[in-house]
Amino acid sequence: MFIIHSPVEEIIEINPQIYLLKVFCPEISSIIKPGQFLNIRVTDRIYPLLRRPFSVCDVEGDHLYLMFNIMGEGTSILAHKPIGSDLDILGPLGNGFNLEGDYEIAIIIAGGLGAAPFPFVTRKLKQNKKIISFVGGRSKYDIITHNLLNVKEASDDGSRGLKGTVVKLLENNLNQIKSNKVKVFGCGPTAMLRALKEFCLTNELDCEVSTECAMACGFGICQGCPIESTEKQDHYLLVCKDGPVFNIKDVVI
Amino acid sequence: MSKVDLSVKIGTLILRNPVMLASGTVGYGNEISEFTDLNKLGGIVSKSLSLKPRKGNPPQRIVETPSGMLNAIGLANVGVEVFLKEKIPFLKKFDVPLICNIAASTFDEYVECTRILTEEETIKAFEINVSCPNVREGGLSFGNNLNSVAKITELVRAATNKPLIIKLSPNVSYIAEFAKVAKENGADAVSAINTLVGAAFNIFTRKPKIQNITGGLSGPAIKPVAIAKVLEISRQVDIPIIGIGGIMDWKDVIEFMIAGSTAVQIGTLNFIDPSAPGKILNQIEEHCIKNGVDKISSLTASYNI
Repeated sequence: MFIIHSPVEEIIEINPQIYLLKVFCPEISSIIKPGQFLNIRVTDRIYPLLRRPFSVCDVEGDHLYLMFNIMGEGTSILAHKPIGSDLDILGPLGNGFNLEGDYEIAIIIAGGLGAAPFPFVTRKLKQNKKIISFVGGRSKYDIITHNLLNVKEASDDGSRGLKGTVVKLLENNLNQIKSNKVKVFGCGPTAMLRALKEFCLTNELDCEVSTECAMACGFGICQGCPIESTEKQDHYLLVCKDGPVFNIKDVVI
Repeated sequence: MSKVDLSVKIGTLILRNPVMLASGTVGYGNEISEFTDLNKLGGIVSKSLSLKPRKGNPPQRIVETPSGMLNAIGLANVGVEVFLKEKIPFLKKFDVPLICNIAASTFDEYVECTRILTEEETIKAFEINVSCPNVREGGLSFGNNLNSVAKITELVRAATNKPLIIKLSPNVSYIAEFAKVAKENGADAVSAINTLVGAAFNIFTRKPKIQNITGGLSGPAIKPVAIAKVLEISRQVDIPIIGIGGIMDWKDVIEFMIAGSTAVQIGTLNFIDPSAPGKILNQIEEHCIKNGVDKISSLTASYNI
């Protein structure tokens, strides 16, 4: 865990309002794992005050990539960072996905900006595993397929791919995959994760999801990001420290 | 050897410098120790402890506001027993005064917590939270009531010989009255301020942004309020004040001291830059050298009004 100031190298818009930011950061890129995240301070002034958490999107040598959309003041500042200016990064944070195991097919389920952690997951897995990526969004503009493999698409309005949810898309393709040993990796809005949990429990699929919660520090001291555990009801888990990745069985979504 | 005498005194407790870390912003010390050398600090105040573990409030617990944040953690903590067994061994490794913050729901619970914790030699002082705005029982209902603050102070005083600090709520008309009853009932110091009650709504769903509806406002947005409250106490009650509220840099520390603080606590800043406290320490020393301040304690209540 470091606080580092690293130069912004490139910011590109990959979908309308969706940005990919490249930063030179060998200190973190050499140790970060897929599913871990970074807490970014977008300004050294007092507004906006808090850091913003972003999962690591990809790592290429000494370079880190972050994917984000413009949600408000903070992400707007980020999208307009001058090339060459310093980005104040706290990380790597959280646990990350467990990519190990004897599964044959990695199933990626991404809803909207939930695609963010999966280019790095894909990079790590593509040599040894077959990957199928199910990607959904409200419309064609929200479907993010950047650096994903074997992509199947669904949109709520039918403007791209199947008309319906990404979990429905997975269900339609279940026959194709269920004879193999699979592991599911998911990230997306709460409604999607909820449907995914039900689907995975019903079909007995091993599934890890990356969760999200408002947080201040990102490393356990503010206690701002509780998530209910299915096993231990007497205390919450913390998204930042115990997660953000959980086995879908272990948390209440 | 430091050229400036940075030490300050809170009752019988001598701190090597006035910069402490505030309760609820350092957990139990382990995470923040990766960023700041705890041995250099004036003191650290542990997360509020209750007799039994508390689960705290459901999410969403935090929301950012202009130059501040609202939180309603709900005093989530491991409880006294686990604290002594699992958290103290780590804190023991540091040469930094540990101040234990206690938050209870009843008078008896305050006494019981203090009675148990005072046996632990690593704990050098107590800070009594009579002012948490985010719990149903106790909390603000104590902090708003002069008789309750008097009674808690008196009872806890009888349960420990260690320095006793009462953490005051800003959500009252006259904070100095509360400082006065704390002093009269045996407190060695007061800390001011705890968070201000605040709320925020999502204008589209019309729902509160925090599950608890209201939360405690902290960060630089509250600093002028905190400075005014410290000043009010300083002008009316002769008791050491630990200034808290939106400290973001060394200048804020100096300002709090000028307004009447003997020491300060850094809170919300720890979430944003956990390495800041160490830097601030170096900078206040530099400021003192440049401005001919030999003893930092001479800044306390040195306002020119």
